[in-house]
Amino acid sequence: MAFLSILVSALLLLLPSRGSSAVAAAAAFASGSAAIGEGGAGEEDFSEALLLKPLPDRKVLAHFHFETGAPETPSYGRHHRLFPKSIAQLVKKFHIQEMELSFTQGRWNYESWGGFEPIASSNAKPPGVELWAVFDVPPDDVDASWKNLTHSLSGLFCASINFLESSTAYAAPEWSFRPGPGSLRYGTLPREAVCTENLTPWLKLLPCRDKAGISSLMDRPSIYRGFYHSQRLRLRSVKTSSDGTHSSIILEQTLTVVLHPNIQKTSTVNYGENKLQPSWSMSSLFGRKIGGTCLLAKSSNVYLQLDWDLVRELKHLQNGNQELGVESIMEESFLSNPAFVLSDEPDKVINEVNSRSEGSSAILYEFSVRKHSDLGPFDLGFTWKTPIVWSCPQLPLRVSRFLMGSGNERGAIAISLRSTRVREGLTNAQAMGESCKLDVNVFQVVPWYIKVYFHTMKVFVDGKPIAVSDIIEKIHVSPSEDKVSPGVLEMILKLPCSVDSAGFTLEFDKGFLHIDEYPPDANQGFDIPPAVITFPNFHVKMHFGEDNSSKQSAVLSRFEDNIPVRSYTEVLLVPLTTPDFSMPYNVITITCTVFALYFGSLLNVLRRRVNEEERFLKSKDKRSSPLSRLRSKLSTKLGGKPVVTSQSSARSSSFISLKLILKIILVAGIAIAWQYFSE
Amino acid sequence: MAEPETTKPKPRPIVRLGTLLISHSVLVSVVCCVAGVLALLLLPILAKNTYISENALMPGSASPMLSNQDVSDANRLVNDLSELSSRSNDAGIVQRLIGRYISDLGGEVGYHQFYPDSSRFHPLHLFSVPDTGIVQENINCSCHGISVTGIVRAPRGDGKEAIVLVTPYNYINAGLADHLSLGIAYSVFSLLSQVTWLAKDIVWLIADSQCGEYASVAAWLRDYHSPTFSGFRANNSHTCDVITTHHDVKENVAKDMSSRDSFIRAGTMAAALVVKVVDRNEPFEDSLGVYAEASNGQMPNLDLINIVNYLGVHRQGLRVKVRKLFSLLDTKWVSFLAEVLESLGSIARRLNPQWNFGIHAADYVDGTATLFGSLYHQALGVPTGPHGAFRDYQVDAVTLEFSPRHYSISKGRTKDFILRGGRLIEGVIRSVNNLLEKFHQSFFLYLLTSPSKFVSVGVYMIAFALLVAPLPVAAASLYAEANCLDTSLDDAKSFSPPAATINELVISERSWRWIKAVKKVLIVHLWGTTVSLLPYFISQTPSLTPITKLAVWGLFSVVCLLFPYFLLGSPFAGVSGTEEYKHEWALLKSATISAAFIGLGLMSVINFATAEFGALLMVPMCLMVQPLKLDLRARTLKNLARAAINLVLAIVGFPPATYYILKRTFGSFDSINIEDFWWWVESLWSWNSATYLFLGMVHLPCWLLCVQILLHS
Repeated sequence: MAFLSILVSALLLLLPSRGSSAVAAAAAFASGSAAIGEGGAGEEDFSEALLLKPLPDRKVLAHFHFETGAPETPSYGRHHRLFPKSIAQLVKKFHIQEMELSFTQGRWNYESWGGFEPIASSNAKPPGVELWAVFDVPPDDVDASWKNLTHSLSGLFCASINFLESSTAYAAPEWSFRPGPGSLRYGTLPREAVCTENLTPWLKLLPCRDKAGISSLMDRPSIYRGFYHSQRLRLRSVKTSSDGTHSSIILEQTLTVVLHPNIQKTSTVNYGENKLQPSWSMSSLFGRKIGGTCLLAKSSNVYLQLDWDLVRELKHLQNGNQELGVESIMEESFLSNPAFVLSDEPDKVINEVNSRSEGSSAILYEFSVRKHSDLGPFDLGFTWKTPIVWSCPQLPLRVSRFLMGSGNERGAIAISLRSTRVREGLTNAQAMGESCKLDVNVFQVVPWYIKVYFHTMKVFVDGKPIAVSDIIEKIHVSPSEDKVSPGVLEMILKLPCSVDSAGFTLEFDKGFLHIDEYPPDANQGFDIPPAVITFPNFHVKMHFGEDNSSKQSAVLSRFEDNIPVRSYTEVLLVPLTTPDFSMPYNVITITCTVFALYFGSLLNVLRRRVNEEERFLKSKDKRSSPLSRLRSKLSTKLGGKPVVTSQSSARSSSFISLKLILKIILVAGIAIAWQYFSE
Repeated sequence: MAEPETTKPKPRPIVRLGTLLISHSVLVSVVCCVAGVLALLLLPILAKNTYISENALMPGSASPMLSNQDVSDANRLVNDLSELSSRSNDAGIVQRLIGRYISDLGGEVGYHQFYPDSSRFHPLHLFSVPDTGIVQENINCSCHGISVTGIVRAPRGDGKEAIVLVTPYNYINAGLADHLSLGIAYSVFSLLSQVTWLAKDIVWLIADSQCGEYASVAAWLRDYHSPTFSGFRANNSHTCDVITTHHDVKENVAKDMSSRDSFIRAGTMAAALVVKVVDRNEPFEDSLGVYAEASNGQMPNLDLINIVNYLGVHRQGLRVKVRKLFSLLDTKWVSFLAEVLESLGSIARRLNPQWNFGIHAADYVDGTATLFGSLYHQALGVPTGPHGAFRDYQVDAVTLEFSPRHYSISKGRTKDFILRGGRLIEGVIRSVNNLLEKFHQSFFLYLLTSPSKFVSVGVYMIAFALLVAPLPVAAASLYAEANCLDTSLDDAKSFSPPAATINELVISERSWRWIKAVKKVLIVHLWGTTVSLLPYFISQTPSLTPITKLAVWGLFSVVCLLFPYFLLGSPFAGVSGTEEYKHEWALLKSATISAAFIGLGLMSVINFATAEFGALLMVPMCLMVQPLKLDLRARTLKNLARAAINLVLAIVGFPPATYYILKRTFGSFDSINIEDFWWWVESLWSWNSATYLFLGMVHLPCWLLCVQILLHS
């Protein structure tokens, strides 16, 4: 049934969107590129960008960013030029204030790919599907809107998002997931598999799909071969008029992939720490080149980002060879760089202004696709010349979550936080103040069959147990209700800044599910969705000087957003007791036997009247067959024993058994003989 | 038991059947016991071929990817290690070398330092999962080890599950075989760090086997599953202050290593493989030993053994072996039995070609030896390798022991050997990786008669059930007999006293007579419990030789036995008349048999193999036992023979005697010391074997009761 509903809603929602984008494409070709430059306040606009970043562990991060804005203009009525109609309808129908949907495969490696930076904070997502939405409806209608939204989205994106409809699957965090009040609903599906069937509908929302522009790089085999793949869709609608009927919507679509430049095996393992990083180009990463821009895009840029630690290393390197000036890396004519070579000359070099420490800051090279694809397909290449080792900006605390205990009865969830010692500058700065505290915001949803006892929470800081009330600033717990709602834990821990390691544990009992509540492959175990750890004291925010580069580019303006550092923990797998599904026959047999025994003996007891029966038997015994009477007389005469009214049971039974054995032997002999002669 | 009422004319069929059995208890006992032993001996014939039950495993469906490149990398590690171990004895350098090799592959490296649990008997924690509370006070400071752990994260996996690869390695004193085991594991690990098909993380634990292979793996698992946040390290150093001077150098290395987050972990464990190489100089071909028995006879899922066997035999051409009782191979009676069965099978086939239960004599002998080896190791309840530690956490694990022929590991030949071993491990890991669910499809209760043949629980239960079945029948028959005798006695007596009231009193008294016997059985069982708790206190006192310990144990046991005698009076004090005395021992025997039945039934649930061996010893002893005096008084040949058999059974049934006799027949012929028994018992309780409890609480009391009946005067 669910599948049918998906189909229906997919049909309903996809058809108009296809029509609208076709219309938009036609309009775009008519107006040409002239319309793009004049993207004023009243116009719908679309911009695309690709950010590439070498990672310390020999991989490359590619971050696609597409942003479509639809300011409310009464002139079009219900129609849109660029904005996907299906999304606009969703927003209108369910009064969505904000929504984020992500499909992820693989795990974000916070240690080597960075945690303290905008991409990690907003694009590192838990495996599977994560959906949250804020609705602009009265509190009573929020759940209904959420349920309808999940069904619509599951149709739109060919995913089983509709499983989030059940009240056991989603939670309503009060303040820990996102600051600020609102009717927020949050749900995850950790086991959802992500593949091209989810990407295609996502691409359909783009005005040029993957036919032109940066999205034409998305060669399916190469982007799904990566180590991490997260496709995200984020909606924000801002009310422009006071009565609430008009609102502008911003749709942000990102695809973050981490790729390995050379798939073929590296020759031998070198012992030296200095190993040349693999060189790469767009064509080696994706197997494609950018043929041109999407004509409908306001801006179409490719960025190459170098982390501040890498920049610092480069500067060190340059200080080593003095003949090249210190500034040369900042300049645009640096193709003679000692560390690496770029195949194309960047149009602009953007420096991050807000430097963290030691005077170095991240650098972004901007390449305008339009300019570079004039002569031929644009293929940015990056070749290393010198081995360089650097590290990514780390989270203030490294978070890991694991299960404790074994067996099918009980266990414990443990979250451990370990200091990464990268934030020295910050710690030193705050060490002046006496009461330096580090806030850690924890948001954890636990399914109802993991019965967490919140009173068993134990907190350890630097190996010493600490009273819970001493360290928790704020806590909100909503216990789970069997088969109705999941348990939700929201809390803010206040740790001292000098903390080296901290951890807390929550004990739980494993519940029993009804036989039809087990998912397929129940023997694998059950997932506990990841905990969301936010550090409200720390914000990822990049400043890019005064020049208006960030105003033009959507991706840079996203980097300038002031969002707190967030990280997700691992998904946990809890083995629960599972019935033996393959043996319904045994269950039926045992149940039937028990029933038969019970009712048989009950009826026997109810029916029987002992005295009557005995009397009846006695009377029957008197009228026993003449043969037996004769036999008994005979036996008395032969044995010379007194007549016993009832024969000794042993005697009679031995007689019977002898006869029985003879009979059995006879039958068996006949059977064997028959078997033998029938051959 | 339902005794048939004489007044009732025709009891119901089920009661009649019961009375029939009871009245022929001797026949039933003999038939059932013989059938039980026969059924046990027929098990190798009834064994079925193993098959891969879980379709998702698909072993061998992918061609092995392990290349010569990986192997030569591994070979370089082997050479480095050999060179290093010949040069110095510093464990820290080796650990760092291995750590660097792992991190060069892109794996995460962790160092786990531990003090293994001292093996101490905890009578009340026998079946409980190791708890952090007791673990802490239980730390053995005499040994300190550091294991290296490497983890390859599955590139596209979600990290919920992990497959564990364990290579026990002595960092200080390792030979070529140990280096080779690391080489095999490293070649697989280096392959897995590059493949894209991984769905589960791979954890490679190079367990420091200085403190014992099992202890290091168990310590790692304990810290993996129940870590202590509250200053575990601090506590450790506190309790282990005394010996730190000795380990100063090592501590420094450890500190150096564990400066970073040292304990790394992955998700829920799906399966574990322990890889070992032993240099046994196999004469003909490389062979692979599979060890699977965990504590208390628990076995991993049969599918895991099936994959190993399938890939080992059909893909890598290794000779797969399961441990067997070699001493059974050249015993006369087994080969005689084998020939009889073979000829029976051939006769049957001549009668009907479809009756194809024949088996070659050699196969039968081999199957029997393997079956009894399997039973023996399950019955001991002591894990046969580091894989046993995993079973305590419900993780399926086997130990794969490669034993190369001399030619394979001679100079320059190691690469081929690593390639073969690595491909086998790779295949097994790939199969387990294919598995979406945990192992649940195939059997957990089985006995192996060869690596590719097994007997499932439904079949081997029959042998035990037949052995045990006569016990309740005999008990009921004895009880009924005793009561019958009573009635006849009373009838004889009741001619003189006319009053019916006295008769009733007698009846009521008689119907409660069994309580005395039961009380005695209970007391003896209590004594058994005390005896099995005594070693705990004895082992607390240090500086005692095993022989003194054994002597003290025996002495205390006897004292404990005498105590109730003095307190409650002699067991047969009140009995004087011969008739009374007759019921007395019959009732006592009946109660003993019932207790033995209950004990064996309970034990068969906990550890089947122990119950089977226990039944083989106890059932004849309990059924045959009769006061010697009666037999000697009768002086017929039959009675004398019975007395002799009873004596032999009583001697054989005494646990230490059983131990020495079995040791002499099956074990080594040289140097059987008295103290061996103490060591054996100590190993049983230090491994928390339920066999120990069985011996103390079921077997020994029943033996004592039987002896008491024998010596009944």
